[in-house]
Amino acid sequence: MRKRTQNIFVRRTIFAAAATFLGTIFALPLVWFIFAPFNARAELGLAIPSPFTLSNFATVFQNTFAMQALLNSLIQAAGGVVLVGGAATLAAYALSRSPIPGKGAVTYILLLFSSVVSGSAAMVPIFLIISAAGLIDTHLAVILVFAGGLLPTAMFILRDFIDAIPRSYEESAMVAGASPLQAFFDVALPVIRPGIVVVVVWAFVNIWGSFLIPFILLRSDKLMPASVAIYSFYSEAGTPIVTLLAAYSLIYSLPVIALYLFVNWKFGFRFFGGIKS
Amino acid sequence: MASVEFQNISKTFGAFVAVPDISFQIADGEFICLLGPSGCGKTTSLRMIAGLETPSSGRVMIGGRDVTYLHPKDRGISMVFQDYALYPHMNIADNIAYPLKVRGEQETRRHARAKEVADVLKIGDLMKRLPSQISGGQQQRTSLARALVYPSEVYLFDEPLSNLDAKLRLEARGFLNHLQRDMGMTAVYVTHDQAEAMALATRIAVMDKGRIVQFAPPIEIYRRPATTFVANFVGNPPMNLIAVEASIGEGALHLKADGLQLAPIALTDAIAKAATSGRMTLGVRPEHLRIAEPSDRNVVSGDLFANENMGPESLVTLERGDNGRVTARIFTDDEIRVGTSVHLAFDTRHVTLFDDSGARIPAADER
Repeated sequence: MRKRTQNIFVRRTIFAAAATFLGTIFALPLVWFIFAPFNARAELGLAIPSPFTLSNFATVFQNTFAMQALLNSLIQAAGGVVLVGGAATLAAYALSRSPIPGKGAVTYILLLFSSVVSGSAAMVPIFLIISAAGLIDTHLAVILVFAGGLLPTAMFILRDFIDAIPRSYEESAMVAGASPLQAFFDVALPVIRPGIVVVVVWAFVNIWGSFLIPFILLRSDKLMPASVAIYSFYSEAGTPIVTLLAAYSLIYSLPVIALYLFVNWKFGFRFFGGIKS
Repeated sequence: MASVEFQNISKTFGAFVAVPDISFQIADGEFICLLGPSGCGKTTSLRMIAGLETPSSGRVMIGGRDVTYLHPKDRGISMVFQDYALYPHMNIADNIAYPLKVRGEQETRRHARAKEVADVLKIGDLMKRLPSQISGGQQQRTSLARALVYPSEVYLFDEPLSNLDAKLRLEARGFLNHLQRDMGMTAVYVTHDQAEAMALATRIAVMDKGRIVQFAPPIEIYRRPATTFVANFVGNPPMNLIAVEASIGEGALHLKADGLQLAPIALTDAIAKAATSGRMTLGVRPEHLRIAEPSDRNVVSGDLFANENMGPESLVTLERGDNGRVTARIFTDDEIRVGTSVHLAFDTRHVTLFDDSGARIPAADER
């Protein structure tokens, strides 16, 4: 008996040690990411700043190109999110509720193609299409391509979510005298909203962090998003200016964190379940 | 209030035929139960009245108006759903008042009306709660209140009590019965629970495989089940059915089955005709069986299978030689003592006979 408890103790200790080791490996870059922006002599090694300084941020704020890029990121992400959120909701609702035959296949095929559209393999045709449409070097080009790439997955997630919501919600509304439109806006939409929120956050994060598409579709400096502008903190030789890069990266990540906190506070990442039955 | 009529309605889902062809009429003020096992087409029929399904062929009439292709909102109906379908993001007051909201009633007036109905249903003090914060019974009453809050031609119920526990179900059933007497509403009520149908309906439509097998008042269904299916579905426990060999001799019907001892039955034309096949089914209700005395002439015998004391009555079940079981409801205050073999007696007048196809053979006193 004692031997056995000892055995368990040893095993637990080894497990905890291994877990700590792994956790540390993953935590180190994050710790660096928090400390480095406040360190005037930051390098790639981890060091606690002494003294704490905001000088890195001051330099970054003077870089108008980088600052404009943050705004561009916001425009492109917001535009993409609105388009993806709105279109995915309507499409997913239709796919979930209507008796169209083969609607499952449609969703899966779209899903399959979506990984191609936003993937690097399709960059040349996308460039040609956008170019032919005369949209090169516009926010709209970036927004449209992102929407096209993200919509199928967004529809897939939302359709699954809507499928899980009993039809009897809208049916009871319609029997009670609501038009299909009223039933959608009064009853279905509020119930679907947590799902839409998940899709919106996911789409925002995707667009916010994406480099390749805006890099290819945009020409002028004043339209570039932050994901591209971050390269302005590399020297001519291609080596990163670690201090500025760290500070800018922190600023760059703040909107995503803020969005997450806002959504969590306002909606909570939870689902209204149906009722027990 | 209005009448409802089905004219040669059929409904298919792809290759599956849910309802082959049914027609019926429901008069103004009737409370109709569609009773049947799951998958018999009763819910589909109800949804076609509501407009939530469109018939593949035929016409649906409400109050003499053809509503076959009308949107649910234009049919002047109310419906209570099995899962209640309460809107999870609205409080109880808004849930109940929703039908008035879509009718353009202003907020204070619709909330006042919702409160009125809620008070009648004893949920008036829950108005600010969300559906997830009230009990199942209260949710059920909320959905009922939402159906009652506006005037309606026809009230539709889709198994509204099946999610309640047994005690609440009895209470809600009694309330619905009271409501029906009070309002004289035209109602179509779908259930698979024969007790609910018996308690609530003015007429019951017993359905099987998309067809109406019998459409009659509860007492008629109970006393004169049209087929063995109905006999086996209605009653708790249902009617005992014993497959018997039939033969005619000395101007009377003789029935033979394992463990069955039966006096000859007087012949009628119908009995004589049915007897030619040589096979019949004998039906006798559990409440018409009693522990046999030596003088009894009609007796079914077998080994004791179960003896369940229910309080006012006991359910005594015996197993005959060929594994057919017969259950009796014995009403007595005394403890029933039965040995390993049981003899149950009954009167010939309580016997229902079914022919080879399962259809009931009319008794001698019927025309």
